[in-house]
Amino acid sequence: MNTLSIILGLPLLGFIINGIFGSKIPKSLSGGIGTISVFLSFIFSIMAVPMFIENPEYTIKLDLFTFLSFDTFNLRVAFTLDRLSLWMTLIVTGIGTLIHVYSISYMKEDEGFYKFFAYLNFFIFNMLLLILGSNFIMLFFGWEGVGLCSYLLIGFWYKNAEYGKAARKAFIMNRIGDLGLLLGIFMIIQQFGTLEFTTVFEEINKGTVSVNTLNAIGILLFIGAMGKSAQIPLFTWLPDAMAGPTPVSALIHAATMVTAGIYLVIRCSALYVLSPIANEVIIWTGLSTAIVAALIGLKQNDIKKVLAYSTVSQLGFMFVALGCGAYTTALFHVTTHAFFKALLFLGAGSVIHGMHHEQDIRKMGGLKSKMPITYYTFLIGTLAITGFPFLSGFFSKDEILTIAFNHNIVVYILLVGSALLTGIYMFRLLFVTFYGEYRNQHYAFDKVHESPRLMTLPLMVLAVLSILGGLLNLPHYLQHEGGILQNWLKPIIGLTHSAQHEISFNTEMILVSIAVLVFVTALILTRMRYISRKHIPQEQTPYGVLGIISNKFYFDEIYDFVFVKPFETMSIWLQQVFELKIISKISYGIHDILRFFGGLNKKIQNGNIEYYLMFMVIGVLILLGFNFFN
Amino acid sequence: MLGIFQNIEISHYIYLSCVLFCIGLFGVLFRRNAIILLMCIELMLNSVNLLMAAFTEYMGDQNANGQMFVFFIMVVAAAEAAVGLAILVMVYRNTKKTDVSFLDSLKD
Amino acid sequence: MSLFQNLPLPFLILSFITILCALYVVTSKNPIHSVLALILTFFSISAHYILLNAQFLAIVNLMVYAGAIMVLFLFVLMLLNLDKSSEPVKSNLWGISAAICAGLLLVIITASFQKAGLAVMKSSAVDIGLVKNLGRVLMTEYLVPFELTGILFISAMVGAVLLAKRDNKSEEITS
Repeated sequence: MNTLSIILGLPLLGFIINGIFGSKIPKSLSGGIGTISVFLSFIFSIMAVPMFIENPEYTIKLDLFTFLSFDTFNLRVAFTLDRLSLWMTLIVTGIGTLIHVYSISYMKEDEGFYKFFAYLNFFIFNMLLLILGSNFIMLFFGWEGVGLCSYLLIGFWYKNAEYGKAARKAFIMNRIGDLGLLLGIFMIIQQFGTLEFTTVFEEINKGTVSVNTLNAIGILLFIGAMGKSAQIPLFTWLPDAMAGPTPVSALIHAATMVTAGIYLVIRCSALYVLSPIANEVIIWTGLSTAIVAALIGLKQNDIKKVLAYSTVSQLGFMFVALGCGAYTTALFHVTTHAFFKALLFLGAGSVIHGMHHEQDIRKMGGLKSKMPITYYTFLIGTLAITGFPFLSGFFSKDEILTIAFNHNIVVYILLVGSALLTGIYMFRLLFVTFYGEYRNQHYAFDKVHESPRLMTLPLMVLAVLSILGGLLNLPHYLQHEGGILQNWLKPIIGLTHSAQHEISFNTEMILVSIAVLVFVTALILTRMRYISRKHIPQEQTPYGVLGIISNKFYFDEIYDFVFVKPFETMSIWLQQVFELKIISKISYGIHDILRFFGGLNKKIQNGNIEYYLMFMVIGVLILLGFNFFN
Repeated sequence: MLGIFQNIEISHYIYLSCVLFCIGLFGVLFRRNAIILLMCIELMLNSVNLLMAAFTEYMGDQNANGQMFVFFIMVVAAAEAAVGLAILVMVYRNTKKTDVSFLDSLKD
Repeated sequence: MSLFQNLPLPFLILSFITILCALYVVTSKNPIHSVLALILTFFSISAHYILLNAQFLAIVNLMVYAGAIMVLFLFVLMLLNLDKSSEPVKSNLWGISAAICAGLLLVIITASFQKAGLAVMKSSAVDIGLVKNLGRVLMTEYLVPFELTGILFISAMVGAVLLAKRDNKSEEITS
C-alpha cells in the first residue's frame, strides 16, 4: 500500500474512531488510539527516509481522483511526498506524537477527553493534507482544515463564552488572510491555467511570466501567510488563542499550524526568488512583527501569553529569512523553533498543572525546588531560544542574523535588537516563575508538585532535541560540505541562499560574537533586575511608553474601533431601520397585495350555482372562440 | 311524400338545433326554480337528439347510428330526470323552497 | 347560405312552433305553464322526427318524454304545490347577461359551422327508422350498451326511491 495513504489515513482513522466511539471507550484507550495513529504515521515517515537519501529527486505520489474538471482545468486530489514535505511531516508527526502523549496526562480529568483526541487527530490530518498536497487546492483544503481545528480546539472548553470569542477571533482573522491566499490562487489559475505545483513552478522557471504578476501573486499569497502565521496586522488572534488547553497551544500555535505560512512561502520559492518587491514586503513585515511582538512580550504577566508573543516574534524572524531568500535557514529555524517552543509550552503547561491552574507569573516564584524536571527542561528551552552557544536556537538564529546582515544593515541591526528583547523577556519569564520567593496566597507551597511521568517524558525528549537540534544544519564554518538540511533541500530549492559562502570567515566570527554578546547582555540585565533586585512585575499598568507596550500597543482596541464598532453599528442600523421599516414594509406590502387579489378571487366562489353555471358557459365560450379564431 | 322534403337541407336542422340549444342554455342560466332548470336541461338534450336524428337521415347510414344514440340519450335523460327530481324533493323537504340560489353551503 | 329559400312549409311551421314553445318554457312565470309548453315542444319535435324518417323515435319520444318524464315533472310540481306566487324573481342585469351568453354561444356555433362548410348530403334508405331496422342494430351492434342501460335504470330507480323516501324517524323527531 502506498506510504502516503498510510501516513494520511492513520490520523483520519483515529479521528473517526475517536469521534464516533470515543464516548463509549475508556479514556486510556481513546488516548492510546489517538497517540498510536500519529506515532505510526511518524514511523512510516521515518521508514521512507532512506529512499529519499539515496535518490535526491525521489518522490512518492498518491493520486486519488479529480473532483472538478472542465476544459483543460483540473482539480485533483493528489499528494506528493518529496524531501521538503517529508521534513515537515517528520516535524508534524514527531512533535504531534509527543504532544499526544503529554495530553493523555494533561487532559485526564476532562470529560471531553475523547473529543480532544479526535480534534487533535483531525488537526494532524489536515496539517498533513496541507503539507503533502501536490497542488494549491489541497494546500488550501488543509489550510482551511487546520483553521477549523484551531477554532474547535481553542474553544474546546466551550462553556466559557470568552473562549468562544477567542476561537471566533482566530478563525475570522485567518479568513481575512485567506482572502489574500484565494486571490493569489485565482491569479495563478488565470496566469498558468493549473494549480499543480510542478507545472506552475516549471512555468515560472521558464521565465515567461512578468515580474509584476509574480510580485502580485507573491504578495497575495503572503497575505494568506500573514493570517495563518500571525504577522502584523493579523497577529492579535494568537495571544487570545491561549484560551485553549496548553497542548493545543504547543502543537498548533507553536510548532505546526503557524508554520504553515512559512511552508507556503518555501514551497513557492521558485516564485519568490523572482519577486523582489514581494520579498521586501515579507522582510519588513516580519521585522516589524518581530520587534513589536517582542516589546509586548516584555510586559505580559501570563506565562502562555509571553510564549505566544514569543512565537509571533520568532515567526517574524523566519519571515525575514524567507524574504532574504534563505529558505533553508527559515526551515531550519522552523525545526528548532518547533523543538524549543513546544518544550516551553509543555513546560508552561506543567507549571500550570502543578500550580493548580494558576497562570499569572506574579503569583508564582521559587518553583525550581518543587518542580525540578520542569525547571531544568524549561531552562534548556529558554537557553535554546535566546541563543546559548551551540544549542539549536543559537545556530538557527545566528544564520538568520548573518543572512540579514548580508541583505541590509538596518534589518540586521533591528533584528539584533529583537534578539536582545527575546533574551530579556524569556529570562524574565524564567526568573520570575522559577526563582525567588513563592508569592501565591491561595495555594500552599507544599501542594505544588511535579507533573506525572507522561507529562515530563515529552519534556525531556524535547529538551534533548533542543540541545542537539543544531546538528541538523551546522553552518559552513563547522561543516564544510554544508549542513544536513541544506543538502537535503538542495534538489527542491534550486537557489539556496547560502550566505556562508559570500561572507568571509572573519565577518562570520564577528557576527557570531555579536550574537553571543547579545545573549550575555540579556542574561545579565535580567538577572540584575529580577534576581538581585528581586523585582516583581507591577500590578497596575504604568503610563507613558511602557503603558502603551503594556496595553499591547492598543492593537485590539484600534481594531475594535476601526472595524468592529462600525460593523456593529451598521448591523444595528440595518436591523432597525432597513429591516424593520423598509424590508418589512415591502414584504408585508406584497403580502397585503396578494391578500387583496386573493380576496377578490374569493368572491367568485360564493357557492351560488347560477354563478357557477354562468362561468362554465363563459369558459366554454372562450374555448370555442379561441378555437374558432385560430 | 318525400319529394317535398328533399328541399330541406342539413344546415337548416343544424340551425334549428342550435337555436333550441341556446334557448335551453338561456333558461338554465336565467331561471332560479330548480324544476324549471331541470326542464331546460331536458330541452337542451332534446335539441341534441334532433340533431342526431337529422344526421342519420342525411348521412345515408344503414345502421342508423344516430338514432341509436338518440335512444341512449333518452335513456340517460330519463334516469337523470328521475334522480334529479328525487334530490329536488329531498332539498325541498329540508329547505322548504326550490330556489337554487339558497344552495350555497359550499362557499368560503 | 340562403336560409329561407327552398324551405318547405311543413318544416317552417314546425320549427316555428318549436321555437315559440321553447321560448315560452324559458320565460313563463308560472311553472305549470312551462311544463305544458315543454310538452308542446316535444310534440313538435316528434313531428320533426317523422319528417326525418325516424318514426320509431317519434313515438318513443312522445311516450317517454312527453308521456313519462313530463308527467313526472307535473307530479313533482303538484307535490310541492308551487304556483306563480312562489317563483323567485331575478334581476334584469342577470337576465341580460344570460341572454348575451346564450346569444354569443349561438353566434359562435353558427359561425363555426359556416366556416366549416357543408357536408355532402346523401339520401338514405326509406325504412331505416322502422322498428325492425332499429331493433336489429340495437341487438347486434349496441348490445352491451343496451344491457348497461338496464343496470343504469336499476341504479336510478333504487337511488330515486331511497332519496325520496320519507324518513319516518326524522319525521317523528321534528313533529
